[in-house]
Amino acid sequence: MLKIWSMKQQQQRDANAEGAAGTKKKKVTAAQLRVQKDLAELEGTLGKTMRTSFPDPNDILNFTLTIEPDEGMYKGGTFHFNFAINQNFPHDPPKVKCTQKIYHPNIDLEGNVCLNILREDWKPVLNLNAVIVGLQFLFLEPNASDPLNKEAAEDLRSNREGFKRNVRTSMGGGSVKGEHYERVIGR
Amino acid sequence: MVIMANGVEPSRKRWTYLDNFLNKPGPTTDPNWVPGEVTINGLETSKVLVIGAGGLGCEILKNLALSGFKDIHEADTIDVSNLNRQFLFREADVGKSKAECAAAFVEKRVKGVKITPYNGKIQDKDEDYYLQFQMIVCGLDSIEARRWINATLVGMVDMENPESLKPLIDGGTEGFKGQARVILPSMSSCIECQLDLHAPRAAVPLCTLATIPRQPAHCIEWAHIIAWEEHRKGEVLDTDDPEHITWLYQKASARAQEFNIPGVTYSMTQGVVKNIIPAIASTNAIIAASCCNEAFKIATGCNPWLNNYIQYSGDEGIFTYTFEMEQKEDCPVCGNLARNLTVDPNMTLQDFIDSLGDRAEAQLKKPTLRSEEKSLYSQFPASLREQTAPNLSKKLSELVVNGEEIAVSDPAFAISFKYKLIFSS
Ligand SMILES: [Zn+2]
Repeated sequence: MLKIWSMKQQQQRDANAEGAAGTKKKKVTAAQLRVQKDLAELEGTLGKTMRTSFPDPNDILNFTLTIEPDEGMYKGGTFHFNFAINQNFPHDPPKVKCTQKIYHPNIDLEGNVCLNILREDWKPVLNLNAVIVGLQFLFLEPNASDPLNKEAAEDLRSNREGFKRNVRTSMGGGSVKGEHYERVIGR
Repeated sequence: MVIMANGVEPSRKRWTYLDNFLNKPGPTTDPNWVPGEVTINGLETSKVLVIGAGGLGCEILKNLALSGFKDIHEADTIDVSNLNRQFLFREADVGKSKAECAAAFVEKRVKGVKITPYNGKIQDKDEDYYLQFQMIVCGLDSIEARRWINATLVGMVDMENPESLKPLIDGGTEGFKGQARVILPSMSSCIECQLDLHAPRAAVPLCTLATIPRQPAHCIEWAHIIAWEEHRKGEVLDTDDPEHITWLYQKASARAQEFNIPGVTYSMTQGVVKNIIPAIASTNAIIAASCCNEAFKIATGCNPWLNNYIQYSGDEGIFTYTFEMEQKEDCPVCGNLARNLTVDPNMTLQDFIDSLGDRAEAQLKKPTLRSEEKSLYSQFPASLREQTAPNLSKKLSELVVNGEEIAVSDPAFAISFKYKLIFSS
């Protein structure tokens, strides 16, 4: 045991660094540090079509992302996603859910999102930026081959124009195939 | 003192073979090593903490006791589904804490060893608790718990106090594979440096679960992720609650029937939901043995210890590979230890941020600062900047307490700087 300490002292002398004192206070966690860094890197991504809001600014692990697509079939809508990040981030991916009931082939009525990097393809080297870009892309290019809302996916595959009309109806707060959707367009 | 005919004191007879290593140096022993009583005494008074009383933790506990350690502490909690692979438990033990059962069993079998169980979350203990041990041995299956103990031990290192550096020996197994590593907190590659080595659990795409399940596990995951949310929204799923597991099992069975998939069972439901990785007793034995060898060598100094990672794979014949993992310069835990910084508690946060720009190591352009509890000031996103801007005119004493650690990051640096703010009087 003494040997380890003499090794440590030598290493410290070599580095000529300042000492770090012990403390009983809580320390910033690795997950917080990583999220803080990821958030700082979003500057170029959010732009004018996306913004974040923090119900508790001290808790950066829980926030809402709002996407307002300025092109594509979902143009004009305002979509909210809840981000819940746990202390095991970035080993675990963030949990992301759409808080509105929307008509989208890759988002089910409960708000679950089918995005590969949120689940099967998540890696600790990925960051929040990748997830946010991925979500944005879902509105530009809804994908019929990864269906989470089967009816919507079938609709998109079989009749793209009809699907577009149904998207507009749902965004206005109307019903599609007997299911009522939440209004996501400003009045 | 009773001396037996062969001249061996009876109480040491059990340790005859161990004493071969402790009474005389071997070819790889450090030249400054002192054999005999001092070393044996050092081993017997070493207080060691074992975290995890699962399959691996139990093996570790037993091996440490049989390696001459006398003062062993351990922490964990019990669950019924684990009994089959944890040899220290009997059916009568279900419901008792795993730590207590394991302690009682080993104490009975190895006379003279004292095992102190602690039944609770390791996160509930503070640095004072961890400071009492000479080293920590982990046999955990949770990455989160490993990361927590790692960060705690790195954060404890204090140059003023040699006792603050606690070697961490970490073992892990998954089926036929496993690894053991020795971590000297702040000196060598830590668990956070090596986070990429832990393969994230294999996940099936959500749309497969939702539309075209092919395996029984897909139906269970569907019940777990989708059906629960749909029918029991707002209720927190407790994987230890039999009613919850039964509900998931029934949903999964119905879905499996719908898609003609045989094989969904209650125990499989429990396994999938709790992410129970099948454990192989012999893999646990091999990894535990390696961990305990390292603990023995570190405690006695009789031989050089592992530097610093051994990987074992038993699925195709046997393969082991020993290598040195390097410390990552930008490791968020050990890459930049907190520096002490004396500050005037009446200084505003804005003045403090300006002063960081002058510091040689930092020279920060757009710093974002936080403590564990508070976002002190965030440059980005804009909403967070607006929310934290009022802090800029506050005094440091209104935002942090004396001695609190803050982390400062800046887009210009890959790593965060940590400072422990000491208030000048
Ligand atoms: Zn590290």
